[in-house]
Amino acid sequence: MVVQAQSRRQQARVVEAGDVADGIRRIVLELEHPEHAAPGTHLDIELSTRDGRITRSYSVVRSDSGGRLLTLSVRLSPTSRGGSKAMHALAVGDELTVTGPLQNFPLAVGAGRYVLVAGGIGVTALVAMATALRRRGADYELVLVGRSRRYMAYVDELRGEHGDRVRLHVDDEGTPLSVPDLVRDVAAGPSDTELYMCGPIGLMDAIRASWSEHALPESNLRFETFGSSGRFDAEEFRVRLPQFEREVAVAPDASILDALDAAGIDTLSDCRKGECGLCLAKVVEVDGTIDHRDVFLSETQKQRCASLCLCVSRAVAADGDHATVTLQLP
Amino acid sequence: MTLTPQPTAAAPTAAAEPAAAAPTTAAAKIFNHPRNAWYVAAWDHEVTGKQPLARTVAGVPLALWRNAEGRAVALADACWHRLAPLSKGKILGNELQCPYHGLRYNATGRCTAMPAQETINPSAIVPSYPVVERYRYVWVWVGDPDLADPMTLPDMHQMDDPSWAGDGETIHADCNYQLVLDNLMDLTHEEFVHSSSIGQDELSEAEFDVTHEGDTVTVTRWMREIDAPPFWLKNMRDKFPGFEGKVDRWQIITFQAPGTICIDVGVAKAGTGAPEGDRSQGVNGFVMNTITPETDRSCHYFWAFMRNYCLDSQTITTQLRQAVHGVFGEDEDMLRAQQSAIDANPEHEFYSLNIDAGGMWVRRILERMLAAEGRPSAVPAAGRDA
Ligand code: FES
Ligand code: FES
Ligand SMILES: [Fe+2]
Repeated sequence: MVVQAQSRRQQARVVEAGDVADGIRRIVLELEHPEHAAPGTHLDIELSTRDGRITRSYSVVRSDSGGRLLTLSVRLSPTSRGGSKAMHALAVGDELTVTGPLQNFPLAVGAGRYVLVAGGIGVTALVAMATALRRRGADYELVLVGRSRRYMAYVDELRGEHGDRVRLHVDDEGTPLSVPDLVRDVAAGPSDTELYMCGPIGLMDAIRASWSEHALPESNLRFETFGSSGRFDAEEFRVRLPQFEREVAVAPDASILDALDAAGIDTLSDCRKGECGLCLAKVVEVDGTIDHRDVFLSETQKQRCASLCLCVSRAVAADGDHATVTLQLP
Repeated sequence: MTLTPQPTAAAPTAAAEPAAAAPTTAAAKIFNHPRNAWYVAAWDHEVTGKQPLARTVAGVPLALWRNAEGRAVALADACWHRLAPLSKGKILGNELQCPYHGLRYNATGRCTAMPAQETINPSAIVPSYPVVERYRYVWVWVGDPDLADPMTLPDMHQMDDPSWAGDGETIHADCNYQLVLDNLMDLTHEEFVHSSSIGQDELSEAEFDVTHEGDTVTVTRWMREIDAPPFWLKNMRDKFPGFEGKVDRWQIITFQAPGTICIDVGVAKAGTGAPEGDRSQGVNGFVMNTITPETDRSCHYFWAFMRNYCLDSQTITTQLRQAVHGVFGEDEDMLRAQQSAIDANPEHEFYSLNIDAGGMWVRRILERMLAAEGRPSAVPAAGRDA
């Protein structure tokens, strides 16, 4: 369970590509420098899109032959910034530049009970964890949440592997997940229960809110964000910087950080996914609504809206026009 | 930590090394160690709730501590933030606090507190390694945690079985761990290294028998109708005051992978049936050894001498510990000198003798374990640490 954030860049070849659910493609890569991918790891993949080269992260669903074959699953996002579109276009034999497995979401050893909550495509980050917990003989439960079974990957496989430990909640089958019930059950169980979640920000926010209502330890709530989902769809907005007498436009598929970089304005950043807070900037004025999308600021701080994370936060217009955010940079 | 790939920071990985080939004839001089194994990290009393203990196990620096619930914990000895050693930190109930900027971690390695912010970075975690406490030791698994099965711990039950008494120590040996295994698998050296205590000419004259099965190797040697060397004469007289005469002496060495060697030793009045199984007219001890690789050229050598007679004599416990301490000090000097000579003569090979059979079967088992991990048995010449 080595936390690992750096790895060699290498070539990978697509050896399998096929659909596993509506709009979800399973892609198996063969890596040049195999390395076992532990549960919770992801790969960074370089992709060419019409806007140039971009890097996207995808969870490793399976690691076979000591990491020579890694399975990913990618959902085609309707508001794709190009990443999932490029991934869906891959065919057997295609070559890609990838990192080795990177670890930001390790499965802890020794918790009394584990609850894994997967929303939609978030299941990809939890498949390998569930297998590891089964092998360890741990006490665990796998909660699968989705809008419709058509869009849910791996349901049958997971039921086959984990039997009664799988709980299925499907909106259009009238069995939606009740987050308050879920968290109440956790609170009633062993105090060292850990909950691992991966899914849409709405689901994760609801669990987080319920978690703090029950005063459960924040450290037992584990999640991974790729900083890509928000409360609102991404749209273009403007950032005004009085200190430089500049105004830059932020395209729907770029971050404020990208826009500032492109404009030659010096910034600091580290994680680029709303976790570390290094990119924090002061909000002077907002015309529109801020969609924070980070996990660095607390709920209270987000409501106060005195600052935002340049790497993930966005703005949406109240009416048809573009939103404008006035920022003060360090 | 950035997620952007860093082409210049490519870390060599275990799997990228060439896999172990078929066993070769020349014995590897600097032997690699398996990672998927339980190793003793410390005596149970060394791991406390007062002060973390810094110890490197199989190349992995650990901070060992005990939380408020009394559970022994092994965390990587480097803080997530700026890698300050957590072993220099403070234990606060169920948490360990980094000595530098105060990040706190629980037993699973998850950060529980960060200074100057209202949330905790979800990625802030240090590795926590599986731990089992058994036989008065704290055992740690630094390999793939999903393979850590406590059922695979070696049997060292004499350590805390009420029908045995004794104690031991730890030697920090400046040599590759496999040299210690070699040393213990062949006790012919007692005649030359330990001539004043347990050595005697009959050692190299007596036949020995080597067997192996699964992940164990056994070397058995009986010496009949001999004079007891000083160490054993003293033990006989503890149990049979005023004892005089010949003895039958035994040494039954059992290796359990990857680093435990328990040696059933003793002497009995000659001709009273000890070789056939009646040891009532003798004294029996178990030399319990478990070797934990530290770096490629150092190891932690945990030993104890357990006996099944005069159980309530603390005097005898102390005397035996002191005697073995003296004996093992002679081994330690030899092992250090051997490692220096190995390093000073990189072009020279190891050759084997008939007496090395036990040690060579041990190597075969370790080679198999390493091959299963996709790692070579000899440490690659370039790197000094695995
Ligand atoms: S760079 Fe880490 S929060 Fe923005
Ligand atoms: S190095 Fe540990 S808190 Fe900064
Ligand atoms: Fe010796």
